Amino acid sequence: MCGIVGLFCKTQTHRHELGRLTEVMLGEMGDRGPDSAGFAVYDASTPDRSRITVLAEGLAVDWEPVAADLETALNAEVTVRAVHDHAVFSTDGDGRAARQWLIDNVAGATVLAYGSQIELYKAVGYPDQVAERYDLASRTGTHALAHTRMATESAITTAGSHPFATGADTCLVHNGSLSNHNRLRRFLEAHGESFQTENDSEVAAGYLSWRIRSGDSISEALEGALDDLDGFYTFAIGVADGFAILRDPIACKPAVVAETDDWVAMSSEYRAIARLPGAADADIWEPEPARIYSWSLAA
Amino acid sequence: MRGDVQTFDLAEVTRRSLNQALHDATDGASFEVVNPRGAHAVACGITSDIDVVVRGSVGYYCAGMHQQGRVRVEGNASTGLAENIMSGEVHITGNATMSAGATGCGGLLVVGGNSGARCGISMKGVDIVVGGNVGHMSAFMAQAGNLVVCGDAAADLGDSIYEAQIFVRGDVESLGADCVEKEVRPEHLDTLGRLLAAAGAAAGGADPGDFRRYGSARRLYNFTIDDVDALAAEAAVEREVAGR
Repeated sequence: MCGIVGLFCKTQTHRHELGRLTEVMLGEMGDRGPDSAGFAVYDASTPDRSRITVLAEGLAVDWEPVAADLETALNAEVTVRAVHDHAVFSTDGDGRAARQWLIDNVAGATVLAYGSQIELYKAVGYPDQVAERYDLASRTGTHALAHTRMATESAITTAGSHPFATGADTCLVHNGSLSNHNRLRRFLEAHGESFQTENDSEVAAGYLSWRIRSGDSISEALEGALDDLDGFYTFAIGVADGFAILRDPIACKPAVVAETDDWVAMSSEYRAIARLPGAADADIWEPEPARIYSWSLAA
Repeated sequence: MRGDVQTFDLAEVTRRSLNQALHDATDGASFEVVNPRGAHAVACGITSDIDVVVRGSVGYYCAGMHQQGRVRVEGNASTGLAENIMSGEVHITGNATMSAGATGCGGLLVVGGNSGARCGISMKGVDIVVGGNVGHMSAFMAQAGNLVVCGDAAADLGDSIYEAQIFVRGDVESLGADCVEKEVRPEHLDTLGRLLAAAGAAAGGADPGDFRRYGSARRLYNFTIDDVDALAAEAAVEREVAGR
């Protein structure tokens, strides 16, 4: 089944409580996906720095020496903040190089996301507990995506949980199942993408990453997805300045969108939106199949 | 509304206590539901002649298996509104998402706004009036009843339809397999007039004369000659194999 929520603050009004509102929405979708959960939060508080979120599940890593080594490797300033089994590195150096260095030098760790705005957390467990453990409620920012997972295509693991990063400041959450992910994974591997799981949604993320790396805009990449992905999906995709939604042409998986002057919210079910301030007076609609919707801070 | 109105606030009490009260109610009782906040299965399985008004939007399967009485939702509804309705009336003022009135066997479903994909899928006798548009594959495999659309219909309307009737006032993006346009005769105008009147304000004063009628070409009822050829060829192969 799985549940998706996304919240995009168009104005300042709710940015101070982005995390708290996202947690409420995520909690409402708990019984759509009790296996595991994750969330990505975007904030523009450090535009000149890169942040890299690393997962070190089951490892006892002393992060300060890692940060010191990374500082040497990048020849740039690095700080690190541990959040349970996650760590968030911040640097004024090259974020992409930092990401690669962490993949190569921290054995057993997984780099979940990188970019100037995104932080990404995921874990096995009931969504309410995952949100609490990583203190989603205290987060501020412009937009957030979150996911509750009921596993179908691959095992219940933290690595198989959503969101999946698809490039700098870009991530994806998925409700549905893809039927051509094995063939597509081989194709993408041959074209330079690397995968860390057997998960079908990671292939969708890798597909978008490949298209964007090849020069596509997010909208162009999603147009391509309509042709190249076979299966059922409602996707929500986070980018640096907004987010996008796409449903498959048959629209098997649910989605509802609501918009006010202050925010745009999407969810698998209306009950997640019903709890937001001003929901009673929001414009509410169901996204049409095979149509790309996007919202941007620049717009 | 008749008699005293009993109010259930779903911010305070459970949906199960509401539905139990509706199941225990006797004919003529009236209920009001506030703060539904998208809850699923609100006012499901009503079997007595009662009135229920829901103030706000509901989740999945609202008024599912509805058998008697009237449910009115002042808001939107999600997947499976009035699924398998048997008789009585369900009326929402806003939009419905997917599969409204699915498998409905009788009664009347009125959607004031738009209805999403697969409205009236496998309908078996229910009458559905939609004030706005319907989504793709509406009336898919519909078997009996009437689907009246005051707005437009999206792609593949009436795919694999049996004997239900579809009336559309606006544009039809495309017809599904075996669904064709048919002549509107006086008895169809009577049916439309009756259903539009029953829908009240949701129908927006639509004139029966403005609708076009669609139904089954009945080409999927039997094997085509090509299928017969295929079967004959198969039988010949079997005879040949058996004869060896």
